[in-house]
Amino acid sequence: MKRILVGIKRVVDYNVRIRVKPDGSGVITDGVKMSINPFDEIALEEALRIKERGGAEEVVVVTIGPADCQPQLRTALAMGADRALHVQADGVIEPLVAAKAILKLVEREQPLLVILGKQAIDDDNSQTGQMLAALWNRPQATFASKVELAEGKARVTREVDAGLETLEVDLPAVVTTDLRLNEPRYVKLPDIMKAKKKPLETLTLSAIGVEQKQRLKLVKFEPPPQRQKGIRVKDAAELVEALRTKGLL
Amino acid sequence: MSSKVLIVAEHDGTKLNPSTAKCVTCARGITGAEITVVVCAADASAIASQAAQLAGVAKVLTVENPANAHLLAAVLAPQIVALAGPFTHVFGPSTTFGKDLMPRIAALLDTAQVSDVMATQSPTRFCRPIYAGNAILTVEFDGAAKIVATVRTASFEAAPNGGSAAIEKASVDAALPTHTRFVAVSAAKSDRPDLQTASRVISGGRALGSADAFKILYSLADKLGAAVGASRAAVDAGFAPNELQVGQTGKIIAPELYMAIGISGAIQHLTGIKDARTIVAINKDSEAPIFEVADFGLVGDLFQIVPELERLIGA
Ligand SMILES: Cc1cc2nc3c(=O)[nH]c(=O)nc-3n(C[C@H](O)[C@H](O)[C@H](O)COP(=O)(O)OP(=O)(O)OC[C@H]3O[C@@H](n4cnc5c(N)ncnc54)[C@H](O)[C@@H]3O)c2cc1C
Ligand SMILES: Cc1cc2nc3c(=O)[nH]c(=O)nc-3n(C[C@H](O)[C@H](O)[C@H](O)COP(=O)(O)OP(=O)(O)OC[C@H]3O[C@@H](n4cnc5c(N)ncnc54)[C@H](O)[C@@H]3O)c2cc1C
Repeated sequence: MKRILVGIKRVVDYNVRIRVKPDGSGVITDGVKMSINPFDEIALEEALRIKERGGAEEVVVVTIGPADCQPQLRTALAMGADRALHVQADGVIEPLVAAKAILKLVEREQPLLVILGKQAIDDDNSQTGQMLAALWNRPQATFASKVELAEGKARVTREVDAGLETLEVDLPAVVTTDLRLNEPRYVKLPDIMKAKKKPLETLTLSAIGVEQKQRLKLVKFEPPPQRQKGIRVKDAAELVEALRTKGLL
Repeated sequence: MSSKVLIVAEHDGTKLNPSTAKCVTCARGITGAEITVVVCAADASAIASQAAQLAGVAKVLTVENPANAHLLAAVLAPQIVALAGPFTHVFGPSTTFGKDLMPRIAALLDTAQVSDVMATQSPTRFCRPIYAGNAILTVEFDGAAKIVATVRTASFEAAPNGGSAAIEKASVDAALPTHTRFVAVSAAKSDRPDLQTASRVISGGRALGSADAFKILYSLADKLGAAVGASRAAVDAGFAPNELQVGQTGKIIAPELYMAIGISGAIQHLTGIKDARTIVAINKDSEAPIFEVADFGLVGDLFQIVPELERLIGA
């Protein structure tokens, strides 16, 4: 079956103001709104559109994380994914571990495409997709703003520093999404009801044979240095004057 | 054990990207580090001689291969891995080039990557921003594995010229895949300074309202010799091309002067300008969050203020 695998990571909602715990052991996540990583919503939307165009037959969403990730998987099912895989794991899951876990699922599911977000907005690592592609020994097309599938190939436009780059990759391949790839659909109430009946399989890292190794010790978390509050100027002339005084003009 | 750092050079086929000189400065923060730059290209000679001039570089390795005409991560990674043996650290810039390539190298080396290094505290301890820069995390590498990292270019000055490193051809024994092919790159060629290295940047937001209206910013920028940037809202709306986006998911920049014009100051935007020396905000809403971080704030209508600024500066 022509299948697309999509990564869904639960993250602190992008509207939440992040605060570091006073003891520096992490950021405050208790009672904070959690959502699907915005780039993963885009990944899922792209997979659904490919399926709707006939380019795939099944969309499977995957998450690696603790038990409380399941609401995000249900949301993904409500958006239109066919089934969900939840690899349960507590504690820190580094990108290399996430990539190894997704690789195990890739071996099992044999997808023609894996779509992940270009970065998760909590850790901002931007690693998992590239690591998966390396371990799988398959192409990667990161930071995608356009994906076109043809027989056995994909043509992907990427947002790079210089502008837009187009690559052609053989399938199967890994694509990671940039913000302008699409605009994700809204979930409708009846779909939330329907999603409750869709299959959600729970696995564990050890059951799929991945060691949860932590290679980076998290020494401490600190708030960033604050900028000093500046001054208001009353008009353009005063602004130009102020900048001249500072030697900036 | 002394540190040996391999830096993967970024270039466009003829010129070394300034991001490489910033990686060199980051690596020099590791006491006693011996720094090697590797240039993978179809023809590496010009780029290698630029890299050899960077102060602090001990050696430049060149890997010449027609397959390196375009810098594809899947093609470069096995070559870097083949060379990585003697090194303790492998660094690349946190530009789209390095972000694409370095995790692929880390995975092949079965090691972790530290993304966006903003400071080195020891050979194994690094600081990096998380949550769009709202927290700074210090991490420590455990064990003897190689350390792979991307360097947040806005956190480091470029290493100056003045060096004269030896240039050596390296031969690499690695199978290179053909499953990934370069098709095209479309870059709007402009005579303006590059957004990532410009000392002055004029950025516009949703308030501009059209691509046509952005012209008033280009015109002001030209007066100042500044680069032009944009908020995501302005890029999404098609007022400015994607490569101008500043922020968490765009470019992280550190100019001397940043002018945010008709930009509200969302966290994701502010992430991109935290290291700007002086921030100017022009916004008609006196409550806009951008004023919280601005050194100079001016409340008013940009369509009146911008032309006036241009006139005053020109005079
Ligand atoms: C400081 C810190 C604290 C952490 N605390 C916890 C914790 O308490 N509990 C916990 O479970 N994890 C924790 N983690 C692990 C973390 O949540 C990530 O799973 C891991 O670091 C991957 O990094 P990333 O998401 O930044 O990767 P990126 O490479 O930025 O992610 C890119 C894409 O990969 C995919 N992806 C990444 N991770 C997953 C995943 N787990 N499941 C499905 N798809 C994924 C998504 O599509 C995502 O958009 C912590 C990590 C750090 C650095
Ligand atoms: C995952 C994620 C990643 C993101 N990444 C980025 C990123 O990298 N970069 C980024 O910029 N954003 C990013 N965003 C979007 C960000 O949250 C904001 O939506 C965006 O920055 C808003 O752009 P803006 O300030 O131009 O628009 P708005 O917020 O609409 O602000 C427009 C401002 O213009 C002012 N204004 C209107 N008319 C005038 C006038 N005539 N004269 C003067 N002022 C006027 C208004 O008062 C207002 O403050 C991201 C969002 C998400 C969810």
